[in-house]
Amino acid sequence: MNTTWSRFNIASVVLGFAFLYLPIVLLVIYSFNESRLVTVWAGFSTKWYGEMLRNEGLMNAAWVTARVGVLSASIATVLGTLAALALDRYTRFRGRLLFSGMVYAPLVMPEVITGLSLLLLFVAVGMDRGFLTVTLAHVTFSMCFVAVVVQSRLVSFDRSLEEAAMDLGATPVTTFFEVTLPNILPAVVSGWMLAFTLSLDDLVIASFTSGPGATTLPMKIYSQVRLGVTPEINAVCTVLIGLVSTGVIAASIVGKRKEVQRRREEQAAFAEGV
Amino acid sequence: MQKLLSAIASRLVIIVPYAWLLIFFLIPFLIVFKISLSTSAISMPPYTPAFEGIGTWLESARKFTVDNYVWITEDALYAKAYLSSVIIAAVSTVLTLLLGFPLAYGMARAPQSIRPTLLMLVILPFWTSFLIRVYAWIGILKPEGLLNQFLLWTGVISEPLQILNTHTAIFIGIVYSYLPFMVLPIYSTLEKMDYSLIEAAQDLGCPPITAFWKITLPLAIPGILAGCLLVFIPAVGEFVIPDLLGGSRTLMIGKTLWSEFFNNRDWPLASAVAIILLLLLVVPIVLFQNAQARAQEAGK
Repeated sequence: MNTTWSRFNIASVVLGFAFLYLPIVLLVIYSFNESRLVTVWAGFSTKWYGEMLRNEGLMNAAWVTARVGVLSASIATVLGTLAALALDRYTRFRGRLLFSGMVYAPLVMPEVITGLSLLLLFVAVGMDRGFLTVTLAHVTFSMCFVAVVVQSRLVSFDRSLEEAAMDLGATPVTTFFEVTLPNILPAVVSGWMLAFTLSLDDLVIASFTSGPGATTLPMKIYSQVRLGVTPEINAVCTVLIGLVSTGVIAASIVGKRKEVQRRREEQAAFAEGV
Repeated sequence: MQKLLSAIASRLVIIVPYAWLLIFFLIPFLIVFKISLSTSAISMPPYTPAFEGIGTWLESARKFTVDNYVWITEDALYAKAYLSSVIIAAVSTVLTLLLGFPLAYGMARAPQSIRPTLLMLVILPFWTSFLIRVYAWIGILKPEGLLNQFLLWTGVISEPLQILNTHTAIFIGIVYSYLPFMVLPIYSTLEKMDYSLIEAAQDLGCPPITAFWKITLPLAIPGILAGCLLVFIPAVGEFVIPDLLGGSRTLMIGKTLWSEFFNNRDWPLASAVAIILLLLLVVPIVLFQNAQARAQEAGK
């Protein structure tokens, strides 16, 4: 394709990315600031990281968040993948319209509404608010994101592979685990990661559905931020940003390598066949 | 036996997620609606149940009250909060589009080899915490913050600007946080576009600007619509951004709901606020669902 990347195009891309990244870069830089005053630079120091590690409340919250994140992302991935399969494979069943509505609506639903409604459910059935309720709430909204990610992969998946497997005598369940799942695995994995980061990130829904003893990291950060910006919080944020970006970049590199390898194998198989 | 198992498995594919969403998404809304019709009480939970169980339904239905809704319509504060939420969300959506479209367009026109990297760079901030990204702006926008320091140092201004705790700060926060949601759908429509159409138009003597208005923009409409809805709907009910960047005087309905619930502990009133917010958003949400469903169908 013959495209021209004009100066205007380059300028808008550079400006856009500067806008997206500058605040994060500044935040990271100032987490290494010696001074307690966040906006005055007083030399390089890692003391706020030490301070952060000694802050017991913060560390407890981080541990709660990690557990909620792993558990809710795992359940959400299973449910979201099932929902994607249901939407992709079964074009006609009773209540499909309601079902697709319930899958897409949470993507844009204001968090205050989701949080309030889930809280009222838990109160109505007499469940104590805590670790379990936050996890259930996170599963509910993140499974919809997983469903959308997996569904977009299923759309481009070649179903003749499944038909071939079934023609050769595989049961639908075996076919799913041997043929379909390996094929959509990259989407399932990125769905899991998306669900995990959504859970890691969520303040509003967690505030509604969490109870004593299950304070998550965003709730902790939020309550400290309300008292003012501190280098300690900058340090926590930097660690989180580092973890997440490493994970995402690593996953995309691995994914790309797998894709290249798969293509090469396909070509080799094709060449042999000819 | 095998067949039976398979039949059960294929049913479960639908039933399990369906049941989950019914229990944790639909039923909670019905409960919100129910509680919005009850009166508040100082107890735990802080409301007088409007009904208990199916058996006492009819009897207790008489206890339903629309007081909360009447209260919301009579107190101008709520109307103002709804209105200002919609206005702030709409303005932010337009600003996001103005910044997001050139970015998406530039990415779509970039050399094929660097496009995946650019795409990754747009998605990456989306993975990092929303709260952290909003928080990062506080340090920048404060009166003694980095932006003011920079502007004072360059001599553009002589007095620090008051940006934090104004609407401007909310606009910046929403545009910044939701930019990837705008860029991604627009990029995906522009990337699929056939640029030979533009070349054909130019060969026929159409100036580039006209070609943009007559060809590129109309083809990008589905992406623009999806992006705008993805930004507008959550922005109307946004809590974190107005709370942290907008200061205490900002009136947005997400904040109102939060304070009715957490500060005033008036659960029925908070529920009624939520129901009206939901009604306000029904049309854009249905539009969004249709756009999503069509996009998924078109992929086939």
